Amino acid sequence: MSLRSGVRPLAVAAACFLFDLAGTAATAAEIPSEQRRSGYELMAPETRAIQDDDATNPGMLWVLDGEALWNRKAGSAGRACADCHGDARASMKGVAARHPAFDPARGRPVNLEQRINACRAERQKAAPLAYESKELLALTAYVARQSRGLPIEPAIDARTRPFLEAGRETFNRRQGQLNLSCALCHDDNWGKHLAGSVIPQAHPTGYPLYRLEWQGLGSLQRRLRNCLTGIRAQVPDFGAAEFVDLELFLMWRARGMKIETPAVRP
Amino acid sequence: MARAVVTLPAQAKRGEIIEIKTLAQHAMETGFRRTQTGDLIPRDIIRRFTCTYNGTEICRVDLHPAIAANPLIAFNTVATESGTLTFQWVGDNGYSVTEIAPIRVE
Amino acid sequence: MTTRREFLVLAAASVAVPAAVNAQIDPNLAANRKAAFQSALLKLVGDAKVQRGRVKLQLPPLIDNGNSVPLSVAVESPMTDADHVKAIHVLTEKNPLPDVVSVRLSPRAGRASLATRVRLADTQTVTAIAQMSDGSFWSDSAEVVVTLSACLEEGLI
Repeated sequence: MSLRSGVRPLAVAAACFLFDLAGTAATAAEIPSEQRRSGYELMAPETRAIQDDDATNPGMLWVLDGEALWNRKAGSAGRACADCHGDARASMKGVAARHPAFDPARGRPVNLEQRINACRAERQKAAPLAYESKELLALTAYVARQSRGLPIEPAIDARTRPFLEAGRETFNRRQGQLNLSCALCHDDNWGKHLAGSVIPQAHPTGYPLYRLEWQGLGSLQRRLRNCLTGIRAQVPDFGAAEFVDLELFLMWRARGMKIETPAVRP
Repeated sequence: MARAVVTLPAQAKRGEIIEIKTLAQHAMETGFRRTQTGDLIPRDIIRRFTCTYNGTEICRVDLHPAIAANPLIAFNTVATESGTLTFQWVGDNGYSVTEIAPIRVE
Repeated sequence: MTTRREFLVLAAASVAVPAAVNAQIDPNLAANRKAAFQSALLKLVGDAKVQRGRVKLQLPPLIDNGNSVPLSVAVESPMTDADHVKAIHVLTEKNPLPDVVSVRLSPRAGRASLATRVRLADTQTVTAIAQMSDGSFWSDSAEVVVTLSACLEEGLI
């Protein structure tokens, strides 16, 4: 009837078109929960067998180192993790499945590595462990191992939601010289091939994990940096807020899936 | 901390063939890789693994750079008597690791 | 006149030149590595004939990553004093070095088998040779396809 109502459908259509182009459609490309698969399922049976057997899983070498570190006194406070936390098998159960978690002191979520370093600084009065150092990887692997088999469940509430959204925005944003977003490969093209590899859905179910390509154990942030190098994007430093926000989003995206640490991946 | 892990049954019947799995933490640097500036990274590998059972050698493995990092070596032995299994890894640059595991045989 | 054996030894010696000297890719890489494989094989078995059988070499046909390929080799043998496997050797024809691993066994093993993880430089055939107590040699080979991973640290892709 009036001009205004005639224009509205066109405006709505235009808005949808722009919305799709922006690629921020939060649920449009999201993998339906019944289709979610761990990278474990894309591996050859022989590789899966390496992960399944603690006697052959090289990640266990770091877990055992982590157990030794857990029990070793450190810092000027002369305290071991065990002195406060006792047996990790009990006290650390579920911890990795809930991280990144909100840290009131910092006013933002922190990942497991940051949580461990915070404890070292505040409680043990010890120097923080460097990212990707053997010690930090070992401790993180040992702690995360105690969540093996438990469902991933980062707490999303009013405090963590803004960081979740920041992580989601990073996941969906095209970046780098190849102008690719995480979502384009891992939401829209998982299961297809890139070079000789099958594209996984990119759920961080098993970190820190033993990547055959690295021939060693590494953190989620190390893997994310590999992705960014792959698409020729700027790579943030270890511990960057952008990384932790993205970790939170990835863990939320994988909610309900089981922790596999220490996983093995190609 | 040079680390190695051995997995085997704590006890077995006399004459039973048991499986032993071992893992050693080691980069197994091949000597063929180059740095970003083109220099060769020198070879640094585990060269030999031996297992003795109450002093008798029951397995000897010669490793070459083609063995993957953090080598897995899994093999079998007959459970002959109770005692001790000694595992030793020896390699370049003075690398030497020993692990010991008891076995009860009835 | 060089015999075939001498020629193979000479070919192997030329491959033994340290890689530091040849920073460029050797145009005869494939041929040299194949010759090195033949020479390593010769060193192991000498004049003896290598028969197919009794050995079972298992590798995934399409591997996830050439850095770490699960390998298992088993040999049919009663493992008695009279009849046992003395050694199992694994060789490749396209790796920089032909030897992969050798395991020395005795009747104490009960079962002649070895499982490990190996590095494979390229799509190729891997060979396992079993040396028996009666001096005979048996073998098996397996073909693997090696692909390059995506999203590496050095950004090769």
